[in-house]
Amino acid sequence: MSFLSIRNLSVRLKNGPPLLRRVSLDVAAGEVRGLVGESGAGKSMIGKAVLGILPPSVQITEGEILLDGTDLLRLSPRESRRRIGASCALIPQDPLTALNPSHRIGPQITNRLVDILGWTRAAADARAIDLLAEVQISDPARVLRSYPHELSGGMRQRILIASAFAAEPKLIVADEPTTALDVTVQKQILRLIAGMQARHGTALLFVTHDLGVVSKVCQKLSVLYSGLVLEDSTVTDFFTAPRHAYSAALLAATPKYTDPDAGLQPVPDAVIGAVRAEVDSFDRKAAHG
Amino acid sequence: MAFLRIILLRVLTTLVTLAGVAVIVFFVIRVVPGNPIAMMLPPGATEDDIARLSALYGLDKPMVTQFGIWLAGVMQGDFGTSITTRQPVLGLVLGRLPATLELSIMALVMAVILGGSAALIGTRGRGTRTEGAIDVANGMALSVPDFLWGLVLMLVFGVLLPVFHISGRVTPSLDLPFTTGFYLFESLIRLRFDLWADLVAHMFMPALALAIPLAAIIGQLLKQSLKETMNLDYVTLARTKGYGETHVILREALRNAALPTLTLVGVQFTFLIGGTVIIERLFSYEGLGNMAIDAVINRDLPLIQGIVILFAVIFTAVNLIVDLLYAVLNPRLRHA
Amino acid sequence: MLDAKGLDGRSLVRRRAGLRLWLSALWLGMLCLAALLAPWVAPHDPLSQDLFLGRLPPFWVAGAEPGYWLGTDSLGRDVLSRLLYGARVALLVAVLAGSITCLIGATLGLLAGFLRGWVDMVISRLIDIWMAFPPVLFSILLIAVLGPSLTSIIIAIVVIDWTRFARVVRAEAMVQGTMDYVASARVAGRGRIGTMLREILPNVLPTIVVLLTLEMGIAVIVEAILSFVNLSIATDDPTWGGMISEGRISIHQAWWVLVFPLIALFLTVLAFSQLGEGLKDRFDPVLR
Repeated sequence: MSFLSIRNLSVRLKNGPPLLRRVSLDVAAGEVRGLVGESGAGKSMIGKAVLGILPPSVQITEGEILLDGTDLLRLSPRESRRRIGASCALIPQDPLTALNPSHRIGPQITNRLVDILGWTRAAADARAIDLLAEVQISDPARVLRSYPHELSGGMRQRILIASAFAAEPKLIVADEPTTALDVTVQKQILRLIAGMQARHGTALLFVTHDLGVVSKVCQKLSVLYSGLVLEDSTVTDFFTAPRHAYSAALLAATPKYTDPDAGLQPVPDAVIGAVRAEVDSFDRKAAHG
Repeated sequence: MAFLRIILLRVLTTLVTLAGVAVIVFFVIRVVPGNPIAMMLPPGATEDDIARLSALYGLDKPMVTQFGIWLAGVMQGDFGTSITTRQPVLGLVLGRLPATLELSIMALVMAVILGGSAALIGTRGRGTRTEGAIDVANGMALSVPDFLWGLVLMLVFGVLLPVFHISGRVTPSLDLPFTTGFYLFESLIRLRFDLWADLVAHMFMPALALAIPLAAIIGQLLKQSLKETMNLDYVTLARTKGYGETHVILREALRNAALPTLTLVGVQFTFLIGGTVIIERLFSYEGLGNMAIDAVINRDLPLIQGIVILFAVIFTAVNLIVDLLYAVLNPRLRHA
Repeated sequence: MLDAKGLDGRSLVRRRAGLRLWLSALWLGMLCLAALLAPWVAPHDPLSQDLFLGRLPPFWVAGAEPGYWLGTDSLGRDVLSRLLYGARVALLVAVLAGSITCLIGATLGLLAGFLRGWVDMVISRLIDIWMAFPPVLFSILLIAVLGPSLTSIIIAIVVIDWTRFARVVRAEAMVQGTMDYVASARVAGRGRIGTMLREILPNVLPTIVVLLTLEMGIAVIVEAILSFVNLSIATDDPTWGGMISEGRISIHQAWWVLVFPLIALFLTVLAFSQLGEGLKDRFDPVLR
């Protein structure tokens, strides 16, 4: 049974257009699923919905988010927050803005262990040191006493990764964790996340627009366009025989998909037209019941 | 040590400002038409009497000489002698200072509590009707100055629902065991809660009148920067860790959001202290401001000088303290 | 990403801003009319005393006398008539003190912000010194020195409040001065003063207008405060502040003597500041 199971999740801008259209996907324990699509396809929105951090201007109109079998959307906000906090974590996109500038690094990793999960301060501190060592930060004790502005971007991303794994979560959402970094650092960070994931056996929902990254890290993937899941398959199937025309076009547009540096090339207009039509027909069907 | 240099520079400019204040006050006052000495003497005093008394206060010398003498005195803590009460100005002024300080600080505390909670409640309910209501209240509070709020409060809590005293600092018939001028503070130390309650009942309305406009500024500014901060990534990250909205606002957002508000509150606090002059008059509160207006009406030059200088010292000191606080609270500056 | 909520909120703010702009203008217009027409519309001579008619309550309270709509003060003077005449002083001070302060303050601010150098240094230091004075005390002091009169009040307001304009206009002029259009005007051969008046001034004008509106409200309050401490214009002429001062004394016996001038003052100050805020929103290109 999957640890995370999203069923028919629809999200829209309040008084505005839909952002997710009946999205369904599963992430089994220890499994890595990539969410692929252009910007605006809704891939980040899925991660935010799972973690309960959708912006207030957005509302969920239907669907279920089953975390370990319990629908988060049916729980009280307080209870769902508690469950998410206890079993999930986020690796954010931009390490420069994801650490609180007025707190030292140490408490930013350990506070939740103490406040929410009831660890002792000493145990949490020891854990933080171990984690920083695990993400290959030298002199962890000094780094824990530092303020974020004293550290480099790559260093901060390592800290955020360590922090995400701190409470041994069952599921981590990685929201384009390498996009904001230098190309040289990207590969190291990617390898680090993959290594940590394998060692800790954590399920990972990996949001990215980079098929090269998917081929390296993921076992399964969902291809999104305009909030609609076009294809849900294993990475091997996807790269050998994509089922959807849009997926094929994506692959074709990224000739060197083994090279993580190559970005998405434009998809042919004909394919885009067909996908748009598919989205429209979905909306028409939804409108009629 | 750039930090130290900035502080030294700030202290230096503060001193220049104070010197400027001293010069302006001294010369403005001496343009006063109407001889203050003549007012002090009984009717029928001769020219000779006036001349002798003028000489006694040094008012017969050229202005620049007078300034020199006065400045030399000030440097030694001698601000001259009040013409009306014939007591040293420094003693009179310092005697009234605690009352005004207590009033100002009480008002500041009220403003921070009122404005802070308005900002927090507004942020918690952002995008809802609660926020709209708080915005409207802030706008009203901001547009109307302390003097008018004082009058409104006086009508509401003094006449319609007479729960607070509308004049004085303390009920005159009470026995006061105090050795310092800080009655409110000392009554707590001595555990005289009856006196404390009486003092608060007197201070409540003037302090609230002073607090309302400042509270509105704090509320508006803090809410705005809180809302901006709440959209930042580190706040979102904290939410995924299982913290509740209130915790996220207080622990993650508040400190960073408070920094820009703090600098503004410093300047605004000096405005609040300036407002005590008329508010003390309105509520017959025996502080510096009330004394200042009496001194102006009585043309008591040395006393006016002393009070204005003291106000200027307080103003500049507040600005200095705020600058230092800002540096302490902002880790980026502290380590620079 | 689009934020529908933000868009909605903004149009709501604009509608509300439009409403308060009109309400404020309406009240101030009525006030101007009252001030102009006071001699014709006031039911009584604002100065005539009649001790037999002392402390009459307003018309809806038992014991009211017909013709004295808002009651009388302890000397039997008609509160409504005094209010109408008081509006004259209030508006006169608002307009005269406001515009003179604006002229002097904005000029100094413009010079400091655009010319920089020693001019800026002198003016900025002056502003610092001014900020160290408690303004109310300063104005009372000035009135004591100058002697109570309408001219003194206006002078006092100008002397104290020029920094409000100077500070803001200086900062704005400094920002504008760094813009490319200023440089190109200079390259095109325009002189320094010419550039300042033709290029910078039009761009800071909206700010100046907003500040002027706010300053008028402040001037009304300062006048009221000065008449409250009996340092306003010569004795007898009715002023709102003077009425409040009298009303404060008889607050328990005749609340209406305090309440009506207080309401007038409150609404006027609110109207000036809402007008200023409304104009600010209109001028602000981000909101527009």
